[in-house]
Amino acid sequence: MSTTTIKPYLRLSGLEPLVVRPETNFVNVGERTNVTGSKKFARLILNNQYEEALSVARQQVENGAQILDVNMDDALLDGVQAMTTYINLLQSEPDIAKIPIMVDSSKFEIIQAGLKCIQGRCIVNSISMKEGEAKFIEQAFICKDFGAAVIVMAFDEQGQADTMQRKVEISERAYKILTEQVGFDPQDIIFDINIFAIATGLEEHNNYGVDFIEACRIIKQKMPLVKISGGVSNLSFSFRGNEFVRETMHSVFLYHAIKAGMDMGIVNAGQLVVYDEIEPTLKELIEDVILNRNNDNNEATEKLIAFAETVKAKGKEVVKDEKWRNESVESRLAHSLVNGITDYIDADTEEARQKYPRPLDVIEGPLMDGMNVVGDLFGAGKMFLPQVVKSARVMKKSVAVLTPYIEAEKEARKQAHIAAGTVNEEGAGAAKILLATVKGDVHDIGKNIVGVVLGCNGYDIVDLGVMVPTDKILDAAIKENADIIGLSGLITPSLDEMVHIAKEMKRRGMTQPLLIGGATTSRMHTAVKIAQEYDNGVVHVLDASRSVTVAGSLLNKETKDSFLGDTKKEYVKLKEAFDSKKSVKSYLTYADAVKNKVKIDWDNFTPVQPTFLGTKVFDSFDLAELREFIDWKPFFIAWEMHGNFPAILTDEIVGVEATKLYNDANALLDKIIAEKWLTAKGTIGFWEANSNDDTVTVHSPQSTVNLEFLRQQIKKAADQPNLSLADFIAPASTNKEDFIGSFAVTIHGIEPHIKAFEAALDDYNKIMLQALGDRFAEAFAECLHLKTRKEYWGYATDEHLTNDELIHEKYLGIRPAPGYPACPDHTEKYKLFDLLNATETVGITLTESLAMFPASSVCGWYFAHPQSQYYGVGKIQKDQFDDYVKRKGMSEESMERWLSPNLEG
Amino acid sequence: MSSIKQELEKRILIIDGAMGTMIQRHKLEEADYRGEHFKDWHTDVKGNNDMLSITQPEIIIGIHKQYLEAGADIIETNTFSSTVIAMADYDMQQFAYELNVASAQCARKAIERYNAETGNTVPKFVAGAIGPLNKTLSLSPDVNNPGFRAVTFDEVVTAYTEQIKGLMDGGVDIILIETIFDTLNAKAAIFAAKKYFRENNIELPIMISGTITDASGRTLSGQTLEAFYISVKHANPLSIGLNCALGAQEMRGHIEELSGIAACYVSSYPNAGLPNAMGEYDEAPEQTACFLEDWAKNGWVNIVGGCCGTTPDHIKHIAAHVKNIAPRSLPVLEEELI
Repeated sequence: MSTTTIKPYLRLSGLEPLVVRPETNFVNVGERTNVTGSKKFARLILNNQYEEALSVARQQVENGAQILDVNMDDALLDGVQAMTTYINLLQSEPDIAKIPIMVDSSKFEIIQAGLKCIQGRCIVNSISMKEGEAKFIEQAFICKDFGAAVIVMAFDEQGQADTMQRKVEISERAYKILTEQVGFDPQDIIFDINIFAIATGLEEHNNYGVDFIEACRIIKQKMPLVKISGGVSNLSFSFRGNEFVRETMHSVFLYHAIKAGMDMGIVNAGQLVVYDEIEPTLKELIEDVILNRNNDNNEATEKLIAFAETVKAKGKEVVKDEKWRNESVESRLAHSLVNGITDYIDADTEEARQKYPRPLDVIEGPLMDGMNVVGDLFGAGKMFLPQVVKSARVMKKSVAVLTPYIEAEKEARKQAHIAAGTVNEEGAGAAKILLATVKGDVHDIGKNIVGVVLGCNGYDIVDLGVMVPTDKILDAAIKENADIIGLSGLITPSLDEMVHIAKEMKRRGMTQPLLIGGATTSRMHTAVKIAQEYDNGVVHVLDASRSVTVAGSLLNKETKDSFLGDTKKEYVKLKEAFDSKKSVKSYLTYADAVKNKVKIDWDNFTPVQPTFLGTKVFDSFDLAELREFIDWKPFFIAWEMHGNFPAILTDEIVGVEATKLYNDANALLDKIIAEKWLTAKGTIGFWEANSNDDTVTVHSPQSTVNLEFLRQQIKKAADQPNLSLADFIAPASTNKEDFIGSFAVTIHGIEPHIKAFEAALDDYNKIMLQALGDRFAEAFAECLHLKTRKEYWGYATDEHLTNDELIHEKYLGIRPAPGYPACPDHTEKYKLFDLLNATETVGITLTESLAMFPASSVCGWYFAHPQSQYYGVGKIQKDQFDDYVKRKGMSEESMERWLSPNLEG
Repeated sequence: MSSIKQELEKRILIIDGAMGTMIQRHKLEEADYRGEHFKDWHTDVKGNNDMLSITQPEIIIGIHKQYLEAGADIIETNTFSSTVIAMADYDMQQFAYELNVASAQCARKAIERYNAETGNTVPKFVAGAIGPLNKTLSLSPDVNNPGFRAVTFDEVVTAYTEQIKGLMDGGVDIILIETIFDTLNAKAAIFAAKKYFRENNIELPIMISGTITDASGRTLSGQTLEAFYISVKHANPLSIGLNCALGAQEMRGHIEELSGIAACYVSSYPNAGLPNAMGEYDEAPEQTACFLEDWAKNGWVNIVGGCCGTTPDHIKHIAAHVKNIAPRSLPVLEEELI
């Protein structure tokens, strides 16, 4: 392979590189963004019209400036603040920011302020030895730390260099200091060797042009890598007001100076005349003046002044590519959007408004079309983020023009409704979109951009920030009455969080469409994992510009249903395609899953013998005692009030209602207990038991029953077992005597009271009573589990837990119910009921679908081993299914029906 | 210590893989993150991986060691977000310095233990990782006010200075400014480093690694690759490179370009492919290694490794694949224009 070589070129950058090569010839530095040089620019800045001032910069770039000089040195300006504001704004304009900036000030603090805002490699204009070497070196070091190239003014303690000798001498001195003491590369040093006005009438000024040109030649011989620059317009200062002559002088001067080694200059790039096209007589006149030829007694100067009088009026028009202005209003709007041009947007929008029947049609027609073009270009990598943000600003300006008309139209319709006596559906304000970066994720740049883009489109944005937990997002959505919820995330775990939020939205019965965005999100993931968890619309949004059309479609009543329908169809197709590809999860064989059972050191574990074997019945358990075990959170959820208890009682929004409800519930509870409305009946039982893989054999005095369990079959991470509840019972092979327990509880007596409330048309108390019945049944189960742990089985006699800890299941041992995730086969409930004889003793019957009646009933198994835990079995494979069917002795068909959620469809 | 420059002349050096991916494997919960040290902290801290260097140092040392065992020559400290600015997410600004010291020490310990256990004598280096921050200096978070900035250059310099001091006090060998998506943030880090070096009369090599975010081939702040390199080359870095956002396949063209313009060594540590539709990185170690081997054979790289989704297994394969390939030779810097 050949070794790369790197040339010692001056390399600068904005968003794009600028490499000054020998063939570059000459670098134009745009000069109009200088308050000392442009009256118009100074006026805009002083009037705080920064937006308009940006157009000045844009014009420079469009006219071919390769570097932009920015100067804010005005006595009436806070230079640091003005420089910071303007440069920051420039950085947001990609078509300007693509070129490097020259930070220009006579005050070093203003230069530093500019450097602090620019990511690219700049030029500092300028530093000098005017105040001695020490300061020069100090400033040079700072420039170097910012990575800037420097312009060194030919200026020292004695003053500005005017002659050729002084220009060369000062340059050599500065060069030595910069390269030897500060560590500058020679190519990063630019000398501004002072262009002074000629043809002033003073003879001592007549050679200034020649001094400059000759100094260029010598400096380039002595220090070939440095660059030479100068402010060209000074040269023609004495022809102020005669732009034609001035521009021609500049062209001629540059022609000679560049040949001598000048590399760059501050010029109005749009107004340079082509040297070859200068009228020959004029060219000769001007060359005589610049090169100080035929100029004894100012002869050449006088001739040029005389000539200048004759051409005074002929200015030269600024030519700019404005052809697009002749196109249709739709094309013009699109052009402005794509190029981020605000200059004409007000007039063009107004024209479109008059052309279209309704102002909203302008937004939904040409403006949306334009934004879609932006979206497509962005998606294809042809536009990048800052440009899109800029397009959004143009959009905002346009929408602002239309807003008053839209409002007026709304008002007119409202008045019409009022006049007609019909209900007014409008005036609800702007649609509200809630945005959040999900829990565990702190990335929010993309989300902020979506926020501003949507904000620009007239939506009311509620941004919850980063690391927002599900509850906070959903509570806020309810509180704010959001029309759409948008989630963002950049890291992969955020995907799971989004799935979780979708599930929660469904659980909470929310109705807002859900938008999914962010770097790791995908249409596929949304289709496969998120969309199916929530029924009221889930849409993946590729990027910020796309969010506008999606939000628009969702908020328009006419398009919403068809948009969601189409999206859903598309996602179903994607999911089918995904599913048919391959199963993403890998599974163990059933045999291997059994081998990977929970590792329990049975040798060193002695199961605790329950205080009795067989069953114990509680005929009428004390309701007052159960009241203490009530978990109130599900009670409030039943009333569709979400939040933790007791915090919900003082919640800002629902607190008052929640407290009312809580008080009413307690009043009813008092009555239920005092008047003995309800009866809590329950039974528990313990038996000897041992396991053999996934079968637990229970020995009751009456019979021996085999309980069958299912085992997780998905391939787990190393060291993670494939769980089965049977693992928590000592295997027969250990010869350890182990035990299993079970319970069934119910609340009787509710029906007559329900009927009474129904008869009284008192739905409130009817629902209240049902909810309390459920709570009593759960409290009873909790209470008996506690007594079982501490007393009846007694394997945790020293347990001391608060009610809150109970609710959070901080105790040892578990009480899983058949039909729930750890033991999903409902049909095992028959065995549980038989063992307990629950139908007879407690009066619970099982329906055909194995639901329990009375409805307020709970049953389950007791496992005492300290390693026992709740989990979900998940999907099982055919080999386990076949084995299970065999063990159960049931038909394959019937088993398939009961286990369908656990079988791969 | 043998100088890293000497090593770079001899061979392609291996930089380690993802820290976050490896931490995820430990399935740590809120309480694990808090540890003893922060058990009563008033905000949720789960996900604050950097604090594990204080609360679970053995886990961090263990991960570093796995990478050393896999063949990494350079290990990165667990300090991607250890700045007063990024730590504000957890209200832990006051611990920024301490986090850097602790993380640097974890990396140092891992090398000490690795050398003691294996008798290794090949030099291993600790790179103090400086992340991009969660606030950017070139982009406004508010489109209605494009001139607005959420943070100032001076604030960023202060934050990075503290981080650099912590890293150097903790004993790092290299300063690694990485995952740069806003060049101005990186320039603030360079500014801070250069000033700190000068004021303390000590200088460490600086590695710089940017991030090309998407199909536009630009940084998030809009710069082309060459513009980015030009903007940071004043750091006089030991190496310039790219990491994150792209997999090796998408990064190839950019590394080729960089290799042609960089006056210093070239590094690259891509992600393990692009995340699949499920958000997982599933490029197999052999695949990543084959891509990097191709670059090495083309003479484009001096330092290679992995970013998001890569594991010790990836590093092991990468190390094996580039082992016998000569490193990119430094370009000749010409002194004349023509």
